[in-house]
Amino acid sequence: MSTLVDSTAPKGSNKSFSVMDASRRVKWIAALLVITYALVATVPLVWIVMTSFRTPPDSIAYPPKVIAEPSLEGYVNLFTTRSRQTPEYIESLGPPQTWYDELVRSRNMVITGPSRFADRYWNSIVIGFGSTFLTVFLGTLAAYAFSRFKVPLKDDLLFFILSTRMMPPIAVAIPIFLMYRELGLSDTALGIILLYTAVNLSLAVWLLKGFVDEIPREYEEAAVIDGYTRLQAFFRVVLPQMRAGIAATAIFCLIFAWNEYAFALLLTSGEAQTAPPFIPTIIGEGGLDWPAVAAGTTLFLLPVVIFTVLLRKQLLRGITFGAVRR
Amino acid sequence: MSTQTLDRAAQRVARATPGGFARRVTGLSDRMVAWLFISPTIFLLLAINIFPLVWTVYLSFTNYRANQPGREVEWIGTRNYERILGSEDIWGYMQVTAHFVFWTMLLQVLIGLGLALLINRNFKGSSFWTTVILIPMMLSPAVVGTFWTYLYQPQTGIFSYVVNLFADVGAVDMIGSVTLAPWAIIIVDTWMWTPYIMLLCLAGLRSIPDYLYEAAEVDRANTWQKFWYITLPRVLPFLMLAVLFRGIENFKMFDMVVELTSGGPGSTTELASINLKREAFEKWRTGYSSAFAIILFVTVFGLGNIYVKALNKVKS
Repeated sequence: MSTLVDSTAPKGSNKSFSVMDASRRVKWIAALLVITYALVATVPLVWIVMTSFRTPPDSIAYPPKVIAEPSLEGYVNLFTTRSRQTPEYIESLGPPQTWYDELVRSRNMVITGPSRFADRYWNSIVIGFGSTFLTVFLGTLAAYAFSRFKVPLKDDLLFFILSTRMMPPIAVAIPIFLMYRELGLSDTALGIILLYTAVNLSLAVWLLKGFVDEIPREYEEAAVIDGYTRLQAFFRVVLPQMRAGIAATAIFCLIFAWNEYAFALLLTSGEAQTAPPFIPTIIGEGGLDWPAVAAGTTLFLLPVVIFTVLLRKQLLRGITFGAVRR
Repeated sequence: MSTQTLDRAAQRVARATPGGFARRVTGLSDRMVAWLFISPTIFLLLAINIFPLVWTVYLSFTNYRANQPGREVEWIGTRNYERILGSEDIWGYMQVTAHFVFWTMLLQVLIGLGLALLINRNFKGSSFWTTVILIPMMLSPAVVGTFWTYLYQPQTGIFSYVVNLFADVGAVDMIGSVTLAPWAIIIVDTWMWTPYIMLLCLAGLRSIPDYLYEAAEVDRANTWQKFWYITLPRVLPFLMLAVLFRGIENFKMFDMVVELTSGGPGSTTELASINLKREAFEKWRTGYSSAFAIILFVTVFGLGNIYVKALNKVKS
């Protein structure tokens, strides 16, 4: 099969499949296969989002219902704690005040308060942005120093990064758990932020150093000759040019912190727990409240999906450890 | 330009420049700036990466139990290590882990490379569909494990339903079955991370200049020869890099599997990390699990080193 265009074939889009020249046919098949894979791979996600809008009985229907009446029960259950009451007691409370009250009462339950989901979600946001900021801040400074100055251990940096990523998180958690217990950092947002920062820092320095290396030194040297100090030259000249690298690193760190589970599970409980360890517990006693789990999952995955679509290029550079530079 | 001449030049200029701040700040020589910039990072890495590692090594030689901090800590030498290396169960968990790593890597390489080759044809909309394919790998593995529990429900989950559309096998219990559970986790991991391998292969494919293919055509090379002699050698370093990163991550895998199967049924999907968590944070055998952690680390480190040497050879 040659990729050279068959010059005897008529040009134009309205020809039958068999007459198309070979390269067009290959592209068509490639597109078909890739789109099929993409659609199949998306089905689980679409199904989960759909499940979040089902009623609990519908979500465990057999055979699985594709079309069903939508309901916000999953989301209501996600954000509230409820208790089962007798119909008489519910009657005695008077008419429901809000639409979600009404929904919950129709299942013979009464809202007793907010659930911890919003709390956990907020913790994820705080810890995510906190650790990202700290990592990028320290990483940028260190990357600059590694790039511009003769620092000991410079060449071992990549080796060091790879080795720190070889320890299973559980293994790292054992001494950290003991350490934090002594230092009073257990179950604190600060503790987790420091931990996430330390975990990502070597990689961040590696990524950012790659960016700094690409900025010619002449700019800073010129600034220093003009009377600026090193510090001023760094802030005025180098930092603005590192924007792309900082963005790539920041997104990588944010997604890591957002998705992280093992450390959050082992080192937090009541105060600083993030969403990932919490979401599996939404299932509830009966093991039936799949719409609520689906709702929590949907809300939690949504920002990440948006990020992926909007910031794809920066993302790629981070997660492939700088190998993809497009 | 040496830093000394720069320093002197900067100082001379600074002295000529009015304003107290400029004069004071020139005191920060290059070396001071370098250390100022690096020390927070070094400190954090020492405190949270290095020191705990050293402490773990120390703990591995003791019988410390974290839930009994008042108890006497005895130095027991290499007894933890002997127990682990001689334990049948541990070898079982390592086998489960190896099975997981092997099959996920194999499947992801085949599918990922295939997808990359197809996407490299640059049909219309390929960029959009690539972004769609990327989404699964950006998700939290723990949350993915949780919702795949729902999809894998034998009676009411769509996985079993779809399988039965193709072959009438009755309710498929992926999570509860001893034979199927290892494949359940392999399927989910492949679903999540095939895009990663695909991305790196795509980067490799895009780095191959067209003129190589054109030259091959002049020599009347067929498709297979073009693939074997041009495409594959150029993609191989990227492919191997992807396998290195994902291989290491899958060796350490915890989140997704613990939510999906909890290591069960029995211990058919009990990966090394899952057992480690059980020993360290449920049974509280801190000394023992520290030894296990060190053994795992050394294993990954050793295998990783061998692999990187092979990778460097391929690169040249």
